[in-house]
Amino acid sequence: MQSLTNRSRVVVNKEMTFWERLYLPAVFKGMWITLKHFFRTLLKGSSTVRYPEEKRPFSPIWRGWHVLKRDEEGRERCTACGLCAIACPAEAITMEAAERKKGEEHLYREEKYAAVYEINMLRCIFCGLCEEACPKEAIFLTDRIVPADYVRQNFIFGKDLLVEGIEPEKRIDISKRQKHKTEQAFVHP
Amino acid sequence: MLLLFTASLLIEKSILVLVLFAITLGVAAYATLGERKVAAAMQDRLGPDRTGPFGILQPLADGVKFFMKEDFMPNSAERWLYILAPGAFMFVACMTSAVIPWGTELTLFGRPIPLQVADLNIGILYILGFTSLGVYGVMVGGWASNNKYSLYSAIRASAQMISYELAMGLSLIAVVMLTGTLSLREMAEQQAGLNWNVWYQPLGFLIFFVCALAECNRAPFDMAECESELIGGYHTEYSSMKLGFFLFAEYINMFIACAVISVVYFGGYNFPGLDPSWLGGLMGPIVMFAKTFFFIFVFMWIRWTLPRFRYDQLMQLGWKTLVPLAIANMLLTGVGLLLLGK
Repeated sequence: MQSLTNRSRVVVNKEMTFWERLYLPAVFKGMWITLKHFFRTLLKGSSTVRYPEEKRPFSPIWRGWHVLKRDEEGRERCTACGLCAIACPAEAITMEAAERKKGEEHLYREEKYAAVYEINMLRCIFCGLCEEACPKEAIFLTDRIVPADYVRQNFIFGKDLLVEGIEPEKRIDISKRQKHKTEQAFVHP
Repeated sequence: MLLLFTASLLIEKSILVLVLFAITLGVAAYATLGERKVAAAMQDRLGPDRTGPFGILQPLADGVKFFMKEDFMPNSAERWLYILAPGAFMFVACMTSAVIPWGTELTLFGRPIPLQVADLNIGILYILGFTSLGVYGVMVGGWASNNKYSLYSAIRASAQMISYELAMGLSLIAVVMLTGTLSLREMAEQQAGLNWNVWYQPLGFLIFFVCALAECNRAPFDMAECESELIGGYHTEYSSMKLGFFLFAEYINMFIACAVISVVYFGGYNFPGLDPSWLGGLMGPIVMFAKTFFFIFVFMWIRWTLPRFRYDQLMQLGWKTLVPLAIANMLLTGVGLLLLGK
């Protein structure tokens, strides 16, 4: 019969030779290998990363915990257009729009803003389509991991967890993801 | 006068038993940590490191965990035997260390104290007897749980013990012929310096070592546990400290087996260039423990290198290879003794 692939092997149940039946040469060979590993680990250390104390660097384009950006003057960029919610394949985003009152110009950049903005982190698949859909460069995914919790309710992140702080030190840097976007635009115009 | 002597002897032996018991338990506890650390290093991992520096509190944490777990008993289990089995296994494991000479003697308060609980003139027979009692814990526990996997494991364990004890006894007979004694103390004394039995009995040592692995239910002969086939084997239905006793007693067995190997084949407390009576007699135990720990390491090293034997391969190795080899070794020893006129 013609074989379908060139990877098939004929099984040979050959008798073991005397040397093989002794087992000992193979046993010592195996023990030599484990001993080498033992001393290598003792002398050079293992490659284990002790997670909570040691952290591996994230990929610069890691897609984690979202941030709602503010502009240079500290106003929320989001205008509650709802495009992110429409783009979201997991339907994780909900929002309620509100009109900007007089005297709130320093808080919101556009006349309309999101009074409530919620992402259900249990539904979110971190695909980044909300970020691509956003016309105002308001929502970005960052290299922060969404922490674990015991209660489902706590995974619905409101504006308190999503909007970045006004103070310069509380701003969240998303320039790496932006750079990635521009590079992509350049390669595939 | 006689009364005083008896009382002081009683106190001396009691203290020695207590110290030995504490050391045995301590070594067994830390062997569990050592096992995990050795396994980790051989697999390029770190092993437990969350409990204290280098995880040295891990045995304590394990013990606390065992005590806090629910003590579950299956409805259909044979109640008393089910409870008895772990205790019997543990008891037998602890008994064996009584005849092992840990050193020459320690001089305390101007009184020489031999570092051996009981210098039986049939020490080797005592050890063989107690190791064969050890299988009762496994067998009774496996049978009393009323679980087919446990029963399989119990049957396997008993068959394995019987097969390998035979070869073990035969390999020891050659040593007894060579040394002309059954007492472990005399055996150790004869091997002063580097005059170790292993040089005269290399084949016997190999057979004994393989059999010791099998007797301790250690990989590659852990037919009784077989996680992948028998979901833990005889201790499948056990939980809480009863399970802890089974696991713990296995480490005690390993410790004792390694001590016996050191005494019978590797000179016990003797070491070339070292007098066992240095440091007020403490040098002997130090050397003895160093040898024992080395063999514990070898046991672990083998466990994390070799895959488990199949049951039929195990029986084949025991009956068709080790027993004939041990008999041949015995005959060779006899011929050698006759020719050299020893």
